[in-house]
Amino acid sequence: MPILLLIIVLGVLAIAGFILGRRRALASVEGNTRRLHSLPNYYAWHGAIMAFLPAMAVLTLWLIAQPLIIERQLSDFFPAEQFENDSQRILLMADVRRVAEGLDVAVAAGALSNDDAANISADGTIRDRLATVGVALGADVTAQVLEASQAYRKLAATGAFWRSIVALIIAVAGLFYALRITNGDFRARNRVEAVILGVLVLASTIAILTTVGIVLSMLSETIRFASMYPFKDFLFGLTWQPSFQGNSELGLLPLLWGTLYISLVAMIVAVPTGLFTAIYLAEYASPRVRSIVKPLIEVIAGIPTVVFGLFALVTVGPFLRDWFAVPTGLGSSGSSVMTAGLVIGVLNIPFISSLADDIINAVPQSLRDGSYGLGATKSETVRQVILPAALPGIVGAILLAASRAIGETMIVTMGAGAAAKLDLNPFEAMTTITVKIVSQLTGDTEFNSPETLVAFALGMTLFVITLGLNIFALWVVRKYREQYE
Amino acid sequence: MTDATSANVPTSAPAPHKSSLLTQTALMKKRNAAESRFKAYGIAAITLSLSVLAIMLWTIFSDGVSAFKQATFSFPVTLDAEKLDPRGNRERDEMMRVTTIGYTNLLNQQLVAYLADRGISTEGVSDKDIAAFISRDTPARLRDMVLANPDILGQTIQFEGFATGRIDGYLKGRVTRDTAERDTNISVAQLDLADRMISEGILSASFNWSFLTAPDASDQRPEAAGLGVALIGSAYMMFLVVIMVLPLGVAASIYLEEFAPKNRWTDLIEVNISNLAAVPSIVYGILGLAIFINFAKFPQSSPLVGALVLTLMTLPTIIIATRAAIRAVPPSIRDAALGVGASKMQTVFHHVLPLAAPGILTGTILGLASALGETAPLLLIGMVAFVANYPAGPLDGGMLDPATALPVQVYSWASRSDPAFIERSAGAIIVLLAFLVVMNIVAILLRRKFERRW
Repeated sequence: MPILLLIIVLGVLAIAGFILGRRRALASVEGNTRRLHSLPNYYAWHGAIMAFLPAMAVLTLWLIAQPLIIERQLSDFFPAEQFENDSQRILLMADVRRVAEGLDVAVAAGALSNDDAANISADGTIRDRLATVGVALGADVTAQVLEASQAYRKLAATGAFWRSIVALIIAVAGLFYALRITNGDFRARNRVEAVILGVLVLASTIAILTTVGIVLSMLSETIRFASMYPFKDFLFGLTWQPSFQGNSELGLLPLLWGTLYISLVAMIVAVPTGLFTAIYLAEYASPRVRSIVKPLIEVIAGIPTVVFGLFALVTVGPFLRDWFAVPTGLGSSGSSVMTAGLVIGVLNIPFISSLADDIINAVPQSLRDGSYGLGATKSETVRQVILPAALPGIVGAILLAASRAIGETMIVTMGAGAAAKLDLNPFEAMTTITVKIVSQLTGDTEFNSPETLVAFALGMTLFVITLGLNIFALWVVRKYREQYE
Repeated sequence: MTDATSANVPTSAPAPHKSSLLTQTALMKKRNAAESRFKAYGIAAITLSLSVLAIMLWTIFSDGVSAFKQATFSFPVTLDAEKLDPRGNRERDEMMRVTTIGYTNLLNQQLVAYLADRGISTEGVSDKDIAAFISRDTPARLRDMVLANPDILGQTIQFEGFATGRIDGYLKGRVTRDTAERDTNISVAQLDLADRMISEGILSASFNWSFLTAPDASDQRPEAAGLGVALIGSAYMMFLVVIMVLPLGVAASIYLEEFAPKNRWTDLIEVNISNLAAVPSIVYGILGLAIFINFAKFPQSSPLVGALVLTLMTLPTIIIATRAAIRAVPPSIRDAALGVGASKMQTVFHHVLPLAAPGILTGTILGLASALGETAPLLLIGMVAFVANYPAGPLDGGMLDPATALPVQVYSWASRSDPAFIERSAGAIIVLLAFLVVMNIVAILLRRKFERRW
C-alpha cells in the first residue's frame, strides 16, 4: 500500500474516531451533556488522536529505520572491506537503489514481469532492457549489485507490506482503546490538552534541533575534510588554489582577509551614516519628518540582497572602475573590495540606524533635561550625555551589523570577484568565505573530495565567527546596560 | 536709586563684561556652529541613504522595464506543406521528423521574399544577415504551432515571432550604431534595414507576456528567456513555507509565552532562537544540502527542499514576531477567561490566539516577504540549475520537480555574459519587488485595520 494511501486511510480512521468517540460519550450519559466530565468535542478529539497519532508515529519511525536495516542486510552481498569504507558504501548503495528503482519502473511499464525482475541475471542485457523503458544506468551493472538490488526490492516490498499492516493494526487498536475507556467520567479534556501541550513542546524544540542539525552537519563533514586535508594547512595556509585534479591548496587566510576587509569597508560606510541617521531621527526630526523618513530608510532593509548584488554588478562596480580605479591606476576591475564593501555598507545602514534609534530613545528624558539645564546645546547633549549612556547598546548594534556583513553572500558573490588574494588595494577584486562556499558547492559535486568538503569547513568557520560576534554583542549589551529605573 | 545708578555708570569706560543674551560671544558662535554642523551631518546621512536607494531603484527600473517589451516580427508566412510534411499524411510522428532547421529555412526564405515583395531595399545586407534577424526561438514556436494544429499547413498565416536579442536591443536603445560597429553579431546595415522594417510595420515592440510565462532559455537566446518556471517555483515554495512555518511558529510561540516554565531548558530555547535569527542565511543552505539532500535524499533543485530550508530560516523571525503579538494581549483577558472556568488551553486557543491573530499574520507576511527574496541558501541546494521544463502540477509531485526561484533567476541571469540578460535580470527584480510591495502593503493594511490599543 503506498504511503499516501496509508496516510489517507489513517485519516479516515481518525475521522471515524472523532465521530464514534463523541457518539459514545453522549450515549454513555444518555445525551445529558452536563454529566460529562469534558465537553463532547474533547471525547471526539480523543478518539481521533488515539486512532491517528500512535500509528503515524510508528509509521514515521518505520520510514526512518527501514532503509538502515535493509542496508545492513545487504552487506552480505559485498566484500567486507568494500562495505566498511564509508564513501564506497554510499556509492554502492546509490547504485543498488538506482537499479532497484529501474527494475520497478520496468515492471510498472510492463517491460518486465515481476518474476523476471526478481530472477533476471547480470548478463549485460539488463542495462539495455532498462534503457528501453527510459531508465539510464551509468556504468554496467555488476552481478553483485544486481543481486543486491533484487534483494533490496524484495526486502522493501516485505517492509512496505508489514508497515501497512502494523500501522493499521495500531490505528484500529488505538480507536478501540479510545472507545472502550470513553464514558461520562473519563477526563478527555485533560488527555487532549496533554497531547496538545506535547505538540507545542515539540514545535518549540525545532529551534534546538535546527542548531543541532547545523552544527552536526557541518562538524561531521569538517571532520571528513580534516581526514583528507591537513587541518593546520587549512587554518594557516596563505594560498587558495583548488584544483579538481588534486594537489589543491586550500588556505583559509586569503578568504578570511577578503571577508574582513570588505566588512571593514562596509562598517566604515554603515556606522557613521547609520548613527547620524538615528541621532537625527531621534533628537532633531519633527514627528512628521520622522514618520516619513524612518519607514523610507527601512525600505532599504526590505529589499532582497540579490537586488543590491545586481546594483553592485551593473552600477557601482563600473562607476568605481571608471571614475576612481582606472584614473588613479589602482585597478581595472569592476568587482572589488570597494564595490562590495560600499554596497554592503548601504544595506547595513537601516540595520544600525533602527537599532541605534531604539537605544537612543531608551535613554531617559531626565538625562537630556539635566544637560539642557546646565546650558548644553543639543549636539553637546548628544555627544556627551546620550551617546555615552547608549554606548553599550550601540556597540552591540555595530557588532550585530558586522556579523551580518561577514555573512552576506549575494552582494559579494556578484560584486567582490572570485580571486583569493592577500592584498591591501581596495580596488582589487578579492573574495570571501561565503563566495567560496557558493562556488565550491554549486553544480554537480561529489561529496568525497577535499575541494568540495572544504566548503563545510568554511561554513563552520563562518558559523563560529558570526555566532561568536552575536553572543559577544548580547553579552556586551547585558553587561553594560545601565539601569535607569 | 536711579540717580545713583546713572551716576555710577561711566559712559566712556568699557564695561568689564559687556555681554548680552542677544549678541553672541565667540565661544557661543563656535558652539552654535558645531550644533548646526552636527545637525547637517544627520541630514547628510539621511540624504545619502535615501539617494542611494533612489539611484538603485531608478537604475533597476530603467534597465528592467524594457524586459517587458519585445521586438516582434509580424509577416505573412505560407506554410509550405511539401516541406513541413513531406509524406503528406498529416501524421504527427511523421511531421516530427522535420526539425526546427526546416522551419528556420522556411522562415528565412519567406522573410527575404516578403521584404522583396514589399520593395524594401535590403542594400548591404545579405540574405544570411536578414535570416539573422529571426530569433532561434521563433522557428521552434512555429513548429510547435504546426504540430499542434496540422490543418494550418498550406495556408498563409500572419505569423508573429521574436527578433534576436541585438535587434531587440536596438529597438530599446541598448544597441546603437556606435556599438554595432564594434559588434561582430550585428552590422550598421542591418540596423538600417531594421529602421526600414519598423517604418513598414513589419517589426515592432510589443508587450512581452512570454517574459512572465516562458521558461528560461539558453545563453544564445536571451529574447526567449522568461520567468515562468521561477514564478511557479517561488509560488510552490511560498505555499509550502506558509503551511509549515505558521503552525510551527505559532505552536512554539504559544508554548514559550504561555506554558513554558522558567528553567534552563526554556532559557536554552530562547537563546537559541535569538541566535538562529542572526545566523547567515547561507549556513541554512549548507544545512539543507547536508541534511535534506545528502542525508534524506530529497531531490536536488526541488521546491520542497527549498521550502524546508526557508522554513527553518524564517522560523526564528516568525517566532519573535508571534511572541510579541501574544505578549501584547493584556493579562486581563486571560484572567477573565480563567475566572469563568476555562482551562489554560481553552484560554489560549479561544481568547488569546484570536486576539493576537492580526499581529501574527502581519509578522508572518513580513517573514514570508524576506523568504521570497532570499537567494543564497537556494543556490546551495541546486535551484540555480538551468531548468527549461515547467514542474508538474502541485498534486502530481510538482513539489519534487526541479525548479528555480525568482531571486535565483535574477542571479543566474546576471551572471551570464550577454548584456541582454542584465535587462532580463532587472526585469525579474521588478516582478520580485512588485510581489514584495504587495505583501508589505497587505501587512500594513492588516495592522492598520486590526491594530488595537488596550
